[in-house]
This record gives sequence, C-alpha cells and structure tokens, in this order.
Amino acid sequence: MSNNEGVIYRISGPVVTATGIDARMYEVVRVGHEKLMGEVIEIHGEQSVIQVYEDTSGIRPGEPVLSTGQTLSVQLGPGLLTSIYDGIQRPLQTLEEVMGVFITRGVDADGLDLEKKWDFVATASAGDEVVGGQIIGTVQETETITHKIMVPPKASGTIKNIDSGEFTVTETVCTLDDGTEIQMMQEWPVRHPRPYTQKYAPDTPLVTGMRILDFLFPLAKGGAAGIPGPFGSGKTVTQQSLAKYSDAQLVVYIGCGERGNEMTEVLDEFPGLIDPNTGKPLMNRTVMIANTSNMPVAAREASVYTGITIAEYFRDQGYDVALMADSTSRWAEAMREISSRLEEMPGEEGYPAYLSSRLAEFYERAGRVETLNGDDGSVTVIGAVSPPGGDISEPVSQGTLRIVKVFWGLDAGLARKRHFPAINWLNSYSLYPQSLNQWFRDNIASDFPEVRTEISALLKVEAELQEIVQLVGSDALPIDQQLTLEVARMIREYFLQQNGFDPVDAYSGVEQQYAMAKAILTFQDEAKKAMAAGARLQDVVNVPARTELMRARFAEGYLESIGGLVDDMVGEITGTVEAN
Amino acid sequence: MTSKEYKTITDIKGPLVFLEKTEPVAYGEIVTIRLSDGSMKNGQVLDTSDDAVIVQVFEGTEAIDRQAGVKFLGDVFKLPVSRDLVGRILDGAGRPRDGGPDIVAEEKADIIGAAINPYSRQSPHDFIQTGVSAIDCCTTLVRGQKLPIFSASGLPHNDIALQIARQAKLKDSDEEFIVVFCAMGITAEEYNFFRTDLERTGALENAVLFVNLADDPAVERLITPRLALTAAEYLAFEHDYHVLVIYTDMTNYCDSLRQIGAAREEVPGRRGYPGYMYTDLAMLYERAGIVKGKKGSITQFPILTMPGDDITHPIPDLSGYITEGQIVISRELHQAGIYPPINVLPSLSRLMGGCIGEKTTRDDHKKVSDQMYAAYAEGRELRGLVAIVGEDALNERDLQLLKFSDIFEDKFLRQDRDEDRTIDETLDLCWNLMSSIDEKYLVRLDRELIDKYGQHTE
Repeated sequence: MSNNEGVIYRISGPVVTATGIDARMYEVVRVGHEKLMGEVIEIHGEQSVIQVYEDTSGIRPGEPVLSTGQTLSVQLGPGLLTSIYDGIQRPLQTLEEVMGVFITRGVDADGLDLEKKWDFVATASAGDEVVGGQIIGTVQETETITHKIMVPPKASGTIKNIDSGEFTVTETVCTLDDGTEIQMMQEWPVRHPRPYTQKYAPDTPLVTGMRILDFLFPLAKGGAAGIPGPFGSGKTVTQQSLAKYSDAQLVVYIGCGERGNEMTEVLDEFPGLIDPNTGKPLMNRTVMIANTSNMPVAAREASVYTGITIAEYFRDQGYDVALMADSTSRWAEAMREISSRLEEMPGEEGYPAYLSSRLAEFYERAGRVETLNGDDGSVTVIGAVSPPGGDISEPVSQGTLRIVKVFWGLDAGLARKRHFPAINWLNSYSLYPQSLNQWFRDNIASDFPEVRTEISALLKVEAELQEIVQLVGSDALPIDQQLTLEVARMIREYFLQQNGFDPVDAYSGVEQQYAMAKAILTFQDEAKKAMAAGARLQDVVNVPARTELMRARFAEGYLESIGGLVDDMVGEITGTVEAN
Repeated sequence: MTSKEYKTITDIKGPLVFLEKTEPVAYGEIVTIRLSDGSMKNGQVLDTSDDAVIVQVFEGTEAIDRQAGVKFLGDVFKLPVSRDLVGRILDGAGRPRDGGPDIVAEEKADIIGAAINPYSRQSPHDFIQTGVSAIDCCTTLVRGQKLPIFSASGLPHNDIALQIARQAKLKDSDEEFIVVFCAMGITAEEYNFFRTDLERTGALENAVLFVNLADDPAVERLITPRLALTAAEYLAFEHDYHVLVIYTDMTNYCDSLRQIGAAREEVPGRRGYPGYMYTDLAMLYERAGIVKGKKGSITQFPILTMPGDDITHPIPDLSGYITEGQIVISRELHQAGIYPPINVLPSLSRLMGGCIGEKTTRDDHKKVSDQMYAAYAEGRELRGLVAIVGEDALNERDLQLLKFSDIFEDKFLRQDRDEDRTIDETLDLCWNLMSSIDEKYLVRLDRELIDKYGQHTE
C-alpha cells in the first residue's frame, strides 16, 4: 500500500527532503502548506529528495508533502501558439492576473486555456481504424498554423463516434469502440521523448537568411547546432534573428536563465514582426518560454524539457519546428546548483558527472522523423552556450560540441570591430554540407558547393596572408596576393557582414546569397584579367560600380538588380585596362 | 510569536553555527544569538532539518560559545520601509547609522525580493543624459537598465559614479533621481568621499545610504545590497520615484559569498566561487527595471573592480552575462592623464538601440556614434603598427585616423569632473572632431547628415 502523504524533514535552498511518502523518481509532489510544486530527484531509503520549483523561504520541517502520482508533464493542444510560459508551463499572463507583477509562489496554472472553445473539424469518421499519432481532426489555431488533433500515442482502435463543432480542449471529440475518449488536450511527461516511427538522415537545409550560416555553415532541418560566445558577442541577437527569419514552420523559443528586459523586448517586438516566409505575424507560429535568471533555478532546469516536448508535439503533426535555447549554459548551471545541494560528487568544474549525457540526451531529441502517422516532421535544435570568459574548453561547450554537428563560434574580437554577425569563419564548422549539397545543386545552382569551397578557401588564404601583413605591411606583398586580400575584404564586408537591424539586409535568400558569392568571384576573375593586361590594382579596386554593387544590397529587389550591377562592374574593370 | 531560546549549539565554524534539537525552524528564518556577556548577534537559517539547523551569523562568530542562546524569530528577513528612508544613512544590516531615530515602518518588505514577471515588464526606452560624452554618445544609459562599471583598483570609478549620480537626468527635464547608495566592504575613506560629495551637492537629502565598511562583518555584506534594493523597489513602485542604485564594490560581495560557500564545504566552481553565484548575482541585478502600470523605475549602476584587471575573472564575467552592457575603465587612459578614462571599445550598452534617435536624442546619434567608434578603433589599431614601422609607412587616410584617435581621447573623452555636457553639445563636439578626417573616409555617415551637421570647411 503506497502512502501519498509525508512530511518535510530538511530544507536547503531549492532542495527539500521528505519522509513518509512512497514516491517514484521524477514524480511531481506538492510541498508544504502552500503546496509548492516539486519533483522527486533522489530516493534514499525512507527519504525522498525533492527539487522545488518555487522559493522555499519560510517553509519548515514537519510541513506536509503530497505525492501526485504524476511525472512533470506539459499540456499539449490548441492554445500553445502565441503563448508565453515560465519553465513549468505556467502562462505568464495568467500569473500576472493572479499574482501581480512580481512572481510569488503557490499558484498553479494550466498551460492551456481550459475554457476556450475551439472549432474542431473532424477529418476521420466513425468506423475508421486509428492508431496512436493518427490525425483525426484539425483546429485552425492561428492564421498560419493548423493544429492537427492526434490520437494519443498509446491509444488505438476503431472510431465509434466523432463530431465536428465547438469544443474546449478537455471535452471529448472522439470515442473509440473500446470506450477510450479522446480530447484535444494531451499530457506528456517532459523528460520522455515522444515516440516516432523512425529517424531519417536530414537532407534539407534550415534556411535562416543569414549568409554566413546558410552559405558557409548550413544547418539541416532536424539537425542540432551550438552557438558558443562570450557576453556581448551577439548570441541573443543571433538567436532572435533565427527565431524571426528561419524557414521553420514553428518556433519554440526558450529564454533560459537570461535577462528579463531581453525577454520583454522579444515580447514587445515579435507581435509586430512579419514572417518573411508567410507574410503573417511571427507570433502566430511561436511558443515562448521565459525563465529569467532570477526565477527559481529548478524551473530553469525544467524549462528546456518543457520546450522540447512542445516542439516534438508539433513535429508529430508533420511540421518543421525550430527550437532555440538561450542559454544552455544556464541550464547546465542549474543542474550544477541542484547537484551541489545534493552533495553529489562533482565532475569537471563542479558540474555533475552526468552533464554530458544530459546534454547529449537533449540534443538527441532533435531530428527529422517519420511520425507515427507516416508524415515527415522535424525538430531542429539551436543551443546558445555562454562559456565563462569566452573559453570554449569548459565542460558545457565541450559537451555540446561532441554532439552537435554545427558549430557557429561567436567571437568577441569581431563584435568589437562591429562585424556582425560576429561568427568566426575560421573556427566554425558544419558537418552537413555533404548531405545538403544535393539540395543546393537541385534548388539553387549546380555549382553551389564548388562556389562555397572557393569562398571559404579565399578566407583561409587571407588569414595566412594577414599574419605576414602584420609584420611587413601589405605593400610588401606581391600584387596577386594584394588582390586576394581585396577579394577577401569584399567577402567579409559585403557578404559575411549582415545588418540584422536593416529591414532589407536582415534577410538574404539562398539564391541571393549565391548571386552575391558569384559576384565576388566574378570580381576576382575580371580583376586578374585586367591586371594581367596592365591595369593597376588601385584602379580596379576603386571602380565605382563595385561600390554600387556592394551598397545596393540594402535596397529592395537586390536579387533582380544584381545581374545588371555585376555587368556594370565588369565593364568598368575592363575600362581600367584602356585607361592605363 | 514568543520563541524559545535554545542552548544546543554543537559546532561553530567560520561564520556558521550548527545546532540541534530544535522545534521545526523555517528555511531563511531570522535568528538572534545572545552571548554570555549579554551582547546580541543576528543570523539567518541556511539549512534546516529535524536533526540540525545551520545558521549564518552576520556579525561573525567571534566570542560565540556553545552556551550561547539562540532564538528563532519566526520570520524571514524584512526591512521596515517608509518614505522617510530618503535622506537617511543606515548600516549594512539596515539600522540607523546617522544617529537618527529608527525607521517607522509603513510596511515591512521581504528583502529577497520576488522576480518581476517578464510579461509585466516594460521595455526601458528613456534616455538618461549623464553629461559624460563617452557614455551618452557611445554607451547610452537607459532608465531601467543595469549598467555596471568594470574597473580595477587604483582607477577613478568612484568619481565617475558620483559624477553620473549628480548629473543624471532625462533630457529636457529636471526630474531628479533618488539615489540609493550601497557600500559593501569599501574603506571608510572611500565612504567619506561619497558622503562628503553627496552632502556638498545637496544630493544627500534625496538619497538613502546603506553602508557596510571594510571592517564591518563580511557576512553582513550579503544582505546589504538586498536591503538597498528592497528600499529602491519600495520607493520606485510604491512612491513613483525614479531610483538610481549605485553599489560598490561587487567584488567584495562575491568574496563574502565565497567565504560562506567555503565554510559550508560546498563544491566550489571557478576560482573557488560557488556554483550558484550566477543565480545569486542575477537575483540582485534583475531587480532593475520598469513594470507596467507603475510610474517609478530602478536603474542600477554597480561598480566592480576586476581582480588583476582581468575581464574574464568570474565576477566581471558572470556580471557581464546578466547586465545590459558594461562601461570599462582603462588603466592605460588613466595613466595618460585622461578623465574619465572610459575605454569605449569594450564598453557596450545593450539597450542603447531602442532609446536613441530623432525622437529621443537626435537623428544623427546612431550614425555619429558608429562612425566615432569605428574611426577611433581603427586609429588605435594603427598605433600598434606605427610603433613597428613608423608613421612614414602610413597613407593619408591612416594618418588622419591615427591623429583622430588622439583627438578623440583628448577632446571627446576628456572632460572635467563637474562638466555636464548636453547630448546636443556632445554630438556637435563629435562633428567638430570628425572634421579632421576627410569626408570620403567617413563611410558610416550619409550625405544627408553631413549636409545637416557637418563642420568640414571647404
């Protein structure tokens, strides 16, 4: 006979020890008279160790602890989109209504609005055989996203009854012949990956509109990327650009242990932003989770799981979902804090020994899959990492790099030079080009991979030449190498730098990226030709049409005009031969 | 609640007292300890269970013995707050230090402070004119921001902080800030310097001071900033004041945190600082901001000295991840005799973008600031090159930029300690200084602005 009520034995910050309950690991319990939410994270004989998601000041030994029999779960169904949650899926708007502007404790709130009626359209009919994950109806949740209602993963049978109409998320919309009632809302434990049929190899890029990412270091839909960088190098701006412009159908944005004002900025800005892929407000496709640095640390630990479970749920409906976690270092620190309260034997730098396996498990929930109903869906994970002092030899960066296939390394030096995005092109990498090359050849240009190789080779050569220039000055280099430096400067200033705040330049389609890269190579070829025929480097570099070509990227319709601008440039460069 | 006095101390270690056989004691509860000579000490519960309780003693454990009597007061630490706090000087535990009467509480506020719901925040966007060109132009301070000064020993960060406290105001407004000043482990001399200056300018009447000096108990420093912020929140959100919180020195605060961690035998993180230091600092810094529906605001100006001038040290590093930018003080500039020696290159204001421009400062602010920054950055880099190859090797453009970097430091950065430049004066000065560079090299400015403000002579 299990006992579901015990008492508190010890309190140390967010960690509470209780006796007298027979709890299971990761079961949710209610702690103290105020019924604070907590989760069992360790069991020692009679004692259950609980991490509490709210502040524990004022709680005493001897207060009651109730077990709920549930593990930490999220509510999934219509109403998720456009929401903003804390780390344990409590809507911040509801919390404001109940608590006022400061977050107090002991308030429970449903993740979904249980009162709201949604217009359910049945797509299956009575008599249909259904299995877990199968879509039985739809709800037009926002203008751009159709929420597909699925049979819960473990249910299956023949539909006895199904009705279209107005329902709340807890009303039964469908009954199976074995008596199973299906509602629009499902609950799912956050620490368990949702099931799928099989994982595919990614073959489509997640187009982000950022030239350095798409062109040089592409990320695949269903892939995982890490963005480490010291403070001030633009991690958050990069993450936000990805949330705004990437061509995922849905975005889950987790602000994990970050600045409150920054989350507010996102909240203020997103509703007014238009998705370049659909022309509709961005908020329509976004779910946000905000657990700022001063909110309870245990809820910060849970926030990434809450986020990825929501992402998987939409993946199961056949969507391409992108998840941004800013920052995974804060998540790791939350683990470290809890672990130290448990007096666990630490691994590197005080982090728990299971840090790297937790990171791996999390990133492994990314992927492109065949869903239970045979659709194709994906979750792409992009995790920011905040290494202390910008030194990526630390455990969180290293644990991340071991598992992700894309590394976008932010660089304080570039940020200081106001080179944005401050992604270092020399140490960043992507392991996806091989699997994505076919897509680029088919959809953009047959020589796309070759152009990419040429551009990145030029940047590498530049880095070597710069070392010499530092010593002897650029005038001492042979003229062809001086040209290489000019071409590389063009790559950096015209191609790699991108103004995230400029309405036009912020988003650059892959076709345009390719055209710009080709324009650079054309400049190189023409300049070589002209100089072989006697033109001076200075004259070639300073042709006004080249400046015009570069500047025009801030004007609308650049993709259409670029061909003409390149022709002008070629004409003028040829002209420098005659002028000489 | 009248409570029992326990004489069940088992261990005393560093700032911690361990005792047993108590009735249930709340986590975070306030404790008084009566010594055998009748004197009293205060503390707070750090860990509690049926078997043992750990108390952190604010005044240090000196002279406590196992016979000392321990009382649990049944409540967490609260600060009596009232409008009358303004103009008062309190010690690091919130008791009057100015010889005045006790604060008569309008209410008692929990000093830990609850997190502001991100949904209820309002984005900061009001430009604060500090009168210091380097800050106003390049790392603009915004009302509701937390912008620390990263300094190091021997640098004039206190002068800068005071100058900002004196001069800070909204553009075209005389509305003043209430200054909440929080001293943590600074010397009596430094404290006198602050107090005298605040008295001299009459600002003391509009200030609340919480003072924990170098010879005051180190553990008390852990609550001093919380008291200061609790007072600030009360004044801002109950009485509609705009509050500027200056705290110095965060490095001493962090060292106290480390001391407690070591006494509890916690697993240390980097350089011995506890693993939860990020969360702990965030619980201070994040108490800056503006909330919807309230008129007041809290702007924070923490000062921290970087041990060994090292910006990657855990204290500046973790701070930089939480605060909305930083103002970096440079020893090199200080040694060159420039005041304020602000190095604009590593300095940053994250909220600047949203608060400058035509409606708030001036239409040219963004571009002028970018151009000044770019030209200065390049000029400084050229200094390194000149040291190797000499000025002769530079072309005309590089020579101009090199000269500009000197002008920038001498005319733009340098200003008097009581020189209060308006943002218009600062921007006009920028245009004046940039006229030493040929127009064609000022690529970050557009034609329109050059025609409107440019001071190039034909």
